[in-house]
Amino acid sequence: MQAHERLTAAIRAANDGGRTALVPFITAGYPEPAEFVSTLQAIAKVGDVVEIGIPFSDPMADGMTIQRSSFVALQKGVSLEWIFTQLESAQGDIDAPLVMMSYLNPLLAFGYEKLAKRAAATGVCAFIVPDLPFEESEDIRTALEAEGVGLIQLVTPATPEARLEKLAAASKGFVYAVTITGITGGGAGLPAGLADYLDKVSAVSALPVCAGFGIRAAADVANVGAHAAGAIVGSALVEVLEKGEDPAAYLESLRPE
Amino acid sequence: MKDLLEALINGELPDERGRFGPFGGRYVPETLVPAFERLEAGVREHLHDDAFQQDYRRELREWVGRPTALTFAPRLSERWGAEVWLKREDLAHTGAHKINNAIGQALLAKRLGAKRVIAETGAGQHGVASAAACARVGLPCVVYMGAVDIERQAPNVDRMQRLGAEVVAVETGDKTLRAAIDEALREWVTDPAGIYYLLGSAVGAHPYPYLVRELQSVIGQEARQQMLEAAGGLPDAAFACVGGGSNAIGLFYPLIGDDIELIGVEAGGTGDGLGQNAATLATGTPGVLQGAYTIILQDDDGQVQETHSISAGLDYSGVGPEHALLQATGRVTYVAAGDDAALEALEELCETEGILTALETAHAYAYAREWAKDNPGKRILIGNSGRGDKDMPTLTKYPARTRTHAST
Repeated sequence: MQAHERLTAAIRAANDGGRTALVPFITAGYPEPAEFVSTLQAIAKVGDVVEIGIPFSDPMADGMTIQRSSFVALQKGVSLEWIFTQLESAQGDIDAPLVMMSYLNPLLAFGYEKLAKRAAATGVCAFIVPDLPFEESEDIRTALEAEGVGLIQLVTPATPEARLEKLAAASKGFVYAVTITGITGGGAGLPAGLADYLDKVSAVSALPVCAGFGIRAAADVANVGAHAAGAIVGSALVEVLEKGEDPAAYLESLRPE
Repeated sequence: MKDLLEALINGELPDERGRFGPFGGRYVPETLVPAFERLEAGVREHLHDDAFQQDYRRELREWVGRPTALTFAPRLSERWGAEVWLKREDLAHTGAHKINNAIGQALLAKRLGAKRVIAETGAGQHGVASAAACARVGLPCVVYMGAVDIERQAPNVDRMQRLGAEVVAVETGDKTLRAAIDEALREWVTDPAGIYYLLGSAVGAHPYPYLVRELQSVIGQEARQQMLEAAGGLPDAAFACVGGGSNAIGLFYPLIGDDIELIGVEAGGTGDGLGQNAATLATGTPGVLQGAYTIILQDDDGQVQETHSISAGLDYSGVGPEHALLQATGRVTYVAAGDDAALEALEELCETEGILTALETAHAYAYAREWAKDNPGKRILIGNSGRGDKDMPTLTKYPARTRTHAST
């Protein structure tokens, strides 16, 4: 099984168990680098797939919460190399397949071939790169796929139909459906027309669809879950970490009773 | 690289993918891809269309005040041992070259049916130009400006507001131009169909570097003609300051096929160390920042570094992708001049020619003076990209040394 197929399988397994797959996101090393592995292990016990955010100096697609967490993590010395080293130290003891979310430049600086090898060796099954549209993605996609690691495509409510089909076909692991036109961390609930949009994405995609942006409460997970395979929880979880609360307990609270 | 330079001179770059050789491209969030495709289609449809060009040329003539003067600088020439000519973009409406681009894009925004315009600004010159251009075409305008820049360019903040723009202080990131661009992009993502993003420099994702170059090339086109008429020939060398690089590309692009040494001057700040300057091309490495693959100031992990320059307009960690190619081909030489050298050059120009130039522009003079010493008797063209009135809050921190200079 290719690494990215493990993602697909984990999401399908949740669905087969009657659950919406839960995909928690944390900024690596936030709020304390020393707690990174233990936080990861804790949320991997609840989440079906875990997304690790690589901090970047210019997080242009992110709202205040993730900007702040990225800034703090960078101040505390978190780097991609450090993250891989941490993952190596935890090898075998993280209960969910991993995805890395990173802006392109840190990946470019790391080197695509080395990136693919380190990812494959540390349980990272795919990458999400928010500032990399499909048209610019060939180099990194080729390098990752050589190691069985996928590049997950994002689609948005603004994505035209023909493009949606192209992106869904190109994605690996799952399709990331951005629920709102905006940046991460929007707090005003899920938009009208969400059901139709997610149904449309799910209809054209052979892979499971995970919805992200604006998911904060159990009701949001249930709403999304009726029309998509998984729910991605990012800013709301980072806020929990910011407040020093228990991330696993928060994630449990998102599951239906 | 020789082929790429030829392609550039022949007007074949950027290519269909928005590339200047390896540089450029379009690295933007998926949410913005349809907006960029609409913009690109709009640029293709309108920019070189006769009706658009008629409107644009009329606005340049009647509202901006073009052509701007070419000024011979006799006293500076005598001091430098050179024949120095100045292309006076400081005389354009609102006081800098930025207006050439702002009015062009505002006209485009109107044609594309935008409901409102957003813009970023560093020194405030592009913000003022955008505010004025939006008022001129009748579109609301919001300008994002770093908190650090708001402090050091206070007069321009007031100007923008009086011209009807809303100014949003950006408190995130480095609180300068780079953070302002990030914030403008975040706003654009919220309403990609209704917003027109009026980017102020030759940076960012395709088609901006191309669009801005086309709108700023009027500088070099006029200067070339004026040099032939007034100076009796083309210059031996032309100098322009480079932050993102819009005035430099505007001056250089129409001259790249000529036998003229072209020199871009970046901000050398206070020293050579990472974070002490904004000398991107002189000290940076390739990477992706804010939509383009270009040369950027970054650490080994690909984190973009903060910069320092006394001039807000040059205080940027990236540079336009076309400059990256011009450097790689060797056609343009990029050098740096430091804060102190810029301040001295600014004073010298005030004293010899009665022109208070912008701190950004002063960097071009600072290096041109050194070059003239090493190359006596040459004919020099300097892109005088803007006026320095906006810099008074910074300049008051540095007591004028002019009168002591005068006797030396």
